[in-house]
Amino acid sequence: MTLSRRGFLSGAAAGLVVAFYVPNMAKAVPKQAVPQLPPANAFLRIGPDDSVTVVIAHSEMGQGIWTGLAMLIAEELECDWTKVRSEHAPASPVYANPLMGFQLTGGSTSTISEFERYRTVGATAKDMLIRAAAAKWKVAPAKCKAANGVITSGSNRATYGSLAEAAMKLPPPTKVSLKDPKNWNIIGKPTKRLDTPEKITGKAQYGMDIQFPGLRTAVVMRAPFGGKVAKVDDSAALKIPGVEKVVSTGTGVAVVAKNYWAAKVGRDALVVSWTKPDMIVDSDRLMVEWREKAKTVGTPAHDVGKVEDALGKAKTKFDAMFEVPYLAHAPMEPLNCAVKIDGDKVEIWAGTQAQGLDQMAAARVAGTSPDKVTLHTPFLGGGFGRRATPTSDFVSEAVLIAKLAGVPCKTVWSREDDIRGGYYRPAYVHRVQVAVDDKGMPTAWDHVVVGQSIAAGTPFEGFMVKNGIDGTSIEGLNDSPYLAKLPAHRVSLHSPRTPIPVLWWRSVGNTHTAFVIESVIDDLAHAAKQDPLAYRLALLDKHPRHAAVLKAAAEKAGWGKPPPAGHARGLAVHECFGSIVAEVAEVSVTGNKIKVHQVTAAVDCGTAVNPLGIEAQLQSCIAFGMSAALHGKLTIKNGEVVESNFHDYPVLRIHEMPKVVVHIMPNDSKARMGGIGEPATAPVAPAIANAIFALTKKRLRKLPFDLGGVS
Amino acid sequence: MKLEINGTVQEVDAPADMPLLWALRDVVGLVGTKFGCGMAQCGACTVHLDGKPVRACVTPLSSVGTRKVTTIEGISKDGSHPVQRAWAEADVVQCGYCQSGQIMTAVALLKAKPEPTDADIDSAMAGNICRCGTYVRVREAIHLASRLNRGVK
Repeated sequence: MTLSRRGFLSGAAAGLVVAFYVPNMAKAVPKQAVPQLPPANAFLRIGPDDSVTVVIAHSEMGQGIWTGLAMLIAEELECDWTKVRSEHAPASPVYANPLMGFQLTGGSTSTISEFERYRTVGATAKDMLIRAAAAKWKVAPAKCKAANGVITSGSNRATYGSLAEAAMKLPPPTKVSLKDPKNWNIIGKPTKRLDTPEKITGKAQYGMDIQFPGLRTAVVMRAPFGGKVAKVDDSAALKIPGVEKVVSTGTGVAVVAKNYWAAKVGRDALVVSWTKPDMIVDSDRLMVEWREKAKTVGTPAHDVGKVEDALGKAKTKFDAMFEVPYLAHAPMEPLNCAVKIDGDKVEIWAGTQAQGLDQMAAARVAGTSPDKVTLHTPFLGGGFGRRATPTSDFVSEAVLIAKLAGVPCKTVWSREDDIRGGYYRPAYVHRVQVAVDDKGMPTAWDHVVVGQSIAAGTPFEGFMVKNGIDGTSIEGLNDSPYLAKLPAHRVSLHSPRTPIPVLWWRSVGNTHTAFVIESVIDDLAHAAKQDPLAYRLALLDKHPRHAAVLKAAAEKAGWGKPPPAGHARGLAVHECFGSIVAEVAEVSVTGNKIKVHQVTAAVDCGTAVNPLGIEAQLQSCIAFGMSAALHGKLTIKNGEVVESNFHDYPVLRIHEMPKVVVHIMPNDSKARMGGIGEPATAPVAPAIANAIFALTKKRLRKLPFDLGGVS
Repeated sequence: MKLEINGTVQEVDAPADMPLLWALRDVVGLVGTKFGCGMAQCGACTVHLDGKPVRACVTPLSSVGTRKVTTIEGISKDGSHPVQRAWAEADVVQCGYCQSGQIMTAVALLKAKPEPTDADIDSAMAGNICRCGTYVRVREAIHLASRLNRGVK
């Protein structure tokens, strides 16, 4: 997601924490005239046993942030890496994302946003430990050396654990200097995850696993999109053994029971009628309407030169429509949220990406103030954007159910609830017209996008929608280097409203813009009878980082050498979240069945903190993007989602997973740092589509791919 | 009813139609076995009955009988099972939610086929979805576990 970066420092600068204690309910951070160093104690605890506990302000949802941020602190702290462990921070303004100003994990910002703060915390703590040692030995701090969790000076030697208590009583430094990147010995080194031991033994605690005496489970029957509860017959549900209560939230009916199974059987026994929504969506009809709308110019986001003139005069013109469907995130752990209300105090356990928003929303629902809301973040069984809702949907609902039921309650979504429950990657239609010169190169580009705004109607609308443009609908397009090169180009947007709740979905707008742009460029290259790599490089002559990444991926993939018989390669390059990723897909086709044999990816993210984690994220993004390219589609008929579970909403399985080769461009600490959790998702669909075109001369302009549906 | 879970026979107070998954999680309190789909589509709930992998979400308690139930908590006390060691070495996990099921299926595969090919792995593991897409490293880890089991470097 793209969010305002004005919040920088507003959440980071606060010297409010003393000793080894962080209050869960820290008051709003006052604005500081002079930015101070972050409070080391809020982010780091050193135990008498030399253990180093790093408090992670971002949610660990698979992306490896527990390991990456710990590496940043350890780099400057000079501690013993084998003694480092991580834990999630509570909800508190002190843990606000420095790029956003509130506590949220998203937009592939976790490492970028914390790169200064976590290193500074490590350097601050090291400075205090050295001063404690110097005072103990009555030597100058400059005579002390810190390495591997031990401070030495001459024959004196003390471990961090033995110095921690004294160190934390010292005033923090007002300034620290960070290591020269050439002296890094942790950053840039492939490092295994810190959360593996609990995740391979079943001991890792997810929100779903929260249990305590008296906690009940709720399962909810939710209204069709835009509908409300009209009439409830809960007589059969209440007869199910274990079912205790049935409560109505207004948009759903919750069955509260002793355990999940009883609640689920009870929910299945409910008879509920709903009010009729103002608009009943049918996704096929919507696509027909939006294809018509795409023939008209929308609200201009970008308008350079005289596009219409150029297109009118062009001898050769490219004109095509593209279509992508609504998609569910389908994280492996279905949504859930446990809530305990005690007077004006609320305690919540939720695998959330948006602690800051959820804390406020919970307070509103419970009728209390945010400082009375304690929010614990267990591990997230996948997020992909679904666990960061501007409306705090699943947390607000769970708080309301606990309040109405009058008992501590964990609301659990079934997989069907997840697939049918909205908050989807919006469906989009694109129309692209390109004027082409006699050498086959583009000279003008007119691009119309039709699809719902993610921010519209949410608390984020105010800062995410500018002049009628939700930037997430066109990201990756209005800033495309291909378009920037052209003397005339226009990007315009229609943002129709529907009752379908929509949301960011791993790589957000880039999921569709990269697919469209890289497919069009490929079409233009083939029409010009040029090699798709050479054609792109010609257009990217002013973008050396893009060109280098593209060349690296192509070289590692053997571009230009013949692929195995029956195989073909396609490529794509895309920049998003500050990183540039190029991918080459090698595919074969049997009948209408597409097999992806290998994806070769190169990434430039500026500074690569943990190459082992980056490789994992590229593999992960490629799998996620392939699910959308090959399978993902929600169909909405008569206002309801047809698909319901993994049998009819398939996601990628191991036998479909290609070999993945990852090349990380050499670290350039002077280059802007980019994110890594999302960017590699975007280029995979066009790389596959372009390979299929090379193989079959069939151009796939709809996701998911259907070779039977094109000729 | 009585169930033998991870080597201990215990009384489980739950209705006969309750799936084994929910008896393990909500009644016995063993939450390492995960709920992902409720219809044997994703494999997150994989446990062993007499060493054979089954989907606990569609296994009614009444059908378990005297068969021995083994969950992720039962394959080792400390993560020292060769499959777990291989998982750590290959740095497989991401969000981790599906990994109990992946590991339980992999343990059963290696018992049936001590030296699986990639094709064997793909076929045995195709019922276990990982939304994070850790599949490349799952394959690596299974090969590695096979070598660990056989004492081959």
